[in-house]
Amino acid sequence: MREYLDFEKPIAEIEDKLEKLTAAAQGRPSAEDDLRKLRTKLHQLQAEIYAGLTPWQRTQVARHPQRPSALDYIGRICDSFQELHGDRLYGDDQAIVAGFAKLNGQSVVVIGPQKGKTLKERMQRNFGMPNPEGYRKALRLMRLAEKFNKPVVTLIDTPGAYPGIGAEERGQAEAIARNLFTMASLKVPIVSIVIGEGGSGGALAIGVADRLLMLQNAVYSVISPEGCAAILWDDPKKAPDAAEALKMTAADLLRLGVVDEILPEPPGGAHRDPMAMCDAVKKAIALHLGEMLELPLEELLRRRTRKYRKIGVLGGE
Amino acid sequence: MAWFKKERSAHEDEDRKKVKVPEGLWLKCNHCRAIVYRKEVERSAKVCPKCEYHFPISVEDRIDLLLDLGTFREWSPDLAPADPLHFKDTKRYTDRIQAAQQSTGKKDAMVIGEGRINGNRIALGVFHFGFMGGSMGSVVGEKVALAADGALRERIPLVMVTTSGGARMQEGILSLMQMAKTAAAVSRLAEARIPYIAILADPTFGGVTASFAMLADVILAEPKALIGFAGPRVIEQTIKQQLPQEFQRAEFLLEHGMIDQIVPRKRLKETVSSLVGFF
Repeated sequence: MREYLDFEKPIAEIEDKLEKLTAAAQGRPSAEDDLRKLRTKLHQLQAEIYAGLTPWQRTQVARHPQRPSALDYIGRICDSFQELHGDRLYGDDQAIVAGFAKLNGQSVVVIGPQKGKTLKERMQRNFGMPNPEGYRKALRLMRLAEKFNKPVVTLIDTPGAYPGIGAEERGQAEAIARNLFTMASLKVPIVSIVIGEGGSGGALAIGVADRLLMLQNAVYSVISPEGCAAILWDDPKKAPDAAEALKMTAADLLRLGVVDEILPEPPGGAHRDPMAMCDAVKKAIALHLGEMLELPLEELLRRRTRKYRKIGVLGGE
Repeated sequence: MAWFKKERSAHEDEDRKKVKVPEGLWLKCNHCRAIVYRKEVERSAKVCPKCEYHFPISVEDRIDLLLDLGTFREWSPDLAPADPLHFKDTKRYTDRIQAAQQSTGKKDAMVIGEGRINGNRIALGVFHFGFMGGSMGSVVGEKVALAADGALRERIPLVMVTTSGGARMQEGILSLMQMAKTAAAVSRLAEARIPYIAILADPTFGGVTASFAMLADVILAEPKALIGFAGPRVIEQTIKQQLPQEFQRAEFLLEHGMIDQIVPRKRLKETVSSLVGFF
């Protein structure tokens, strides 16, 4: 079953018509013409709707339940994958998946939060909201990557770090801070891709990178539009306004100099053609990793240091 | 990320309604709610005589408390915020900045510089909570980085005093990136083996706790200071339960191994001075 978002209603209607007509036509050549017209109309409509998405609508696409997840990408683009579990301190956080993978023959460490698709899996994975042990597992694997001189690839899709009692007791803030600290000078290339939702510090904790890429309909923000609306507007229903104000789309982040490249999505979003999306992501990772791997280590680190030292916009006197 | 500020001001409003405190002479403690004599509080470095709660203090008082008198020299005092997102909620960000600058006399929420502590030179950074809840935007991030750069250049210890609601929403993703910027800045200090001491005061939350605040070589906190990643209100809404009484207080963090010591304000200077002497 395909799930449609509110603004996709016109698309749903045409697809429904198309399906019925296809069934009725049963290969009759006279129906072919109508079908072709309908398909053209569908593509136009899709292109139109998706070109004019508001930031809030884009947030819905970024959170689409059928959007490809980190595990979908890993399964499709890696030749082999060995998941590694646990932070060796407290537990294994299933909200983050991490392990060794082969990508075009190159060993890499790949890390990505996983929201889960079924309700059961969502509960198991805490809706993709990591606890400190998730970040510490990621840290352990980044250290492994550094030890064996393998690049790190992170696929970001999380509502944010989990705000819970246990998370605070076990040092959620320290876990995130430690990852930022470590990634700032990790002695291997890091490529991060925001594939869905980039939720604040919980996303940044695996997102300090030499190259930061973003899918066209992904979002990345300091706070969720709902959270921002609740605080600044005192009204969670103002989330669409907050999404607009926060400048959280891929195009905004490219303009602000935070993102290095936007990866275009198939018409109607990544979930409409996951295979094509995966292939595009694979190509982009290979390209950027290739460039990073050619740099001498000192140059790589010098550029990373400069990039984060400069980030921010200051006013005049 | 600035959840906590809201919660507090709601409390304060409520209190103001319930108990009329005569302006000037008396103060109401934020923690034990006792009515205390203002002069007595001021004499004891703004500490509640009943419960030892440490009231927020101004940047100037904090500097006087920590450094040898008259030794502070401010660095980059003119750095001011911009409005890269042209952010507007119920108010324009530029209006909020202007109002905060007028009421505080500061350009943004952080003051950095250098001074002496019992004769030893240190670099110092102090948050000003009164400026938009001590939130961290591009100016605060840049000043933390400049303080770390200065400490590195002069090879003197860095001391940071934090009071902050977290990242500044009005600068969006650029505020978030200040977490990476400040963490990277203190990581360069660590590589050069320059000591870094953090003093967490009430309150310290969100993107500040989850970046340079928790990355110090030695982390001190003032008694009863609220410190955490997520604000109490967010956690309550998420788990739909009431939080334990002393949750996220400095004592709670000490018990859970997250900080090194709780130090009463009056003993901060001698403690930092002693610590600096070990490096």
